Amino acid sequence: MDFDSPYAEVIGAHPNRATGEPILSVSWRPAIEGRPGFIHGGVIAGLLEMSCYEALAHEFRGTGLPKVKPINIAVDYLRGGLMTETHALAQIVRIGKRVANASALCWQDDRSKPIATARMHILIDRQG
Amino acid sequence: MTELLDSSSLKRLMAGHAGEIGLRRVDHGDDWAELAFDYDPRLAMNAANGVLASGPIISLIDSASGLAIAAKIKTVRPMATLDLRIDYVRAAPPGRAITARATCYKVTRSVAFVRCVAHDGDPADPIAHSLATFFFTGD
Repeated sequence: MDFDSPYAEVIGAHPNRATGEPILSVSWRPAIEGRPGFIHGGVIAGLLEMSCYEALAHEFRGTGLPKVKPINIAVDYLRGGLMTETHALAQIVRIGKRVANASALCWQDDRSKPIATARMHILIDRQG
Repeated sequence: MTELLDSSSLKRLMAGHAGEIGLRRVDHGDDWAELAFDYDPRLAMNAANGVLASGPIISLIDSASGLAIAAKIKTVRPMATLDLRIDYVRAAPPGRAITARATCYKVTRSVAFVRCVAHDGDPADPIAHSLATFFFTGD
């Protein structure tokens, strides 16, 4: 995110370049709690969606990100999100003329044990 | 159902993130529930244009969908979202409250199926459609 994003600030999402990948991370805070003791499913989905944009921006680094719009997202919740640091990273599976397909992963302590995954379609408006 | 919605477990569900984005209950019926939140520039994805991030809309849909299940089974059971798919059918211009009406159309012993429509004033002109499944934890 190279722009001022109030929502990212509300949930505490920030870029994490520890591995050089376009990872977004969120530290635990009461503002993201859903059912007691767990992160709200909407926050996890929101983070996954932002990680798809982050990965797309990473693909377009150099030329700059065209105007994009979300088409849809499908999230699978695999484990409850505990009160700890949470990370999300997306792979851009394909970039077409009009549509990008992204596949995202959300994890906490162990990257091999994701707490949620998502597939997302993003509309690319190269004229805009 | 009124007592149900006043129960302490439900109040806790409406605290935390739901409280942070200002979720409020609009109405509910036998198998449906409606939640809404007012426009707040703090919930914008990009401060430059003020357009809402999808995160709060997903949180709204997730919470409304869970509440529709409570409305259908007339009790609050511990549950978790299994999957959630959202179609963003049109962009929501900044400034308007977003309302989500979720309908729980089937409950089995361990799974509940919910569809939900979100709009910004006119239910006939939605901004998003969703399908979600939840499973009951514990018991």
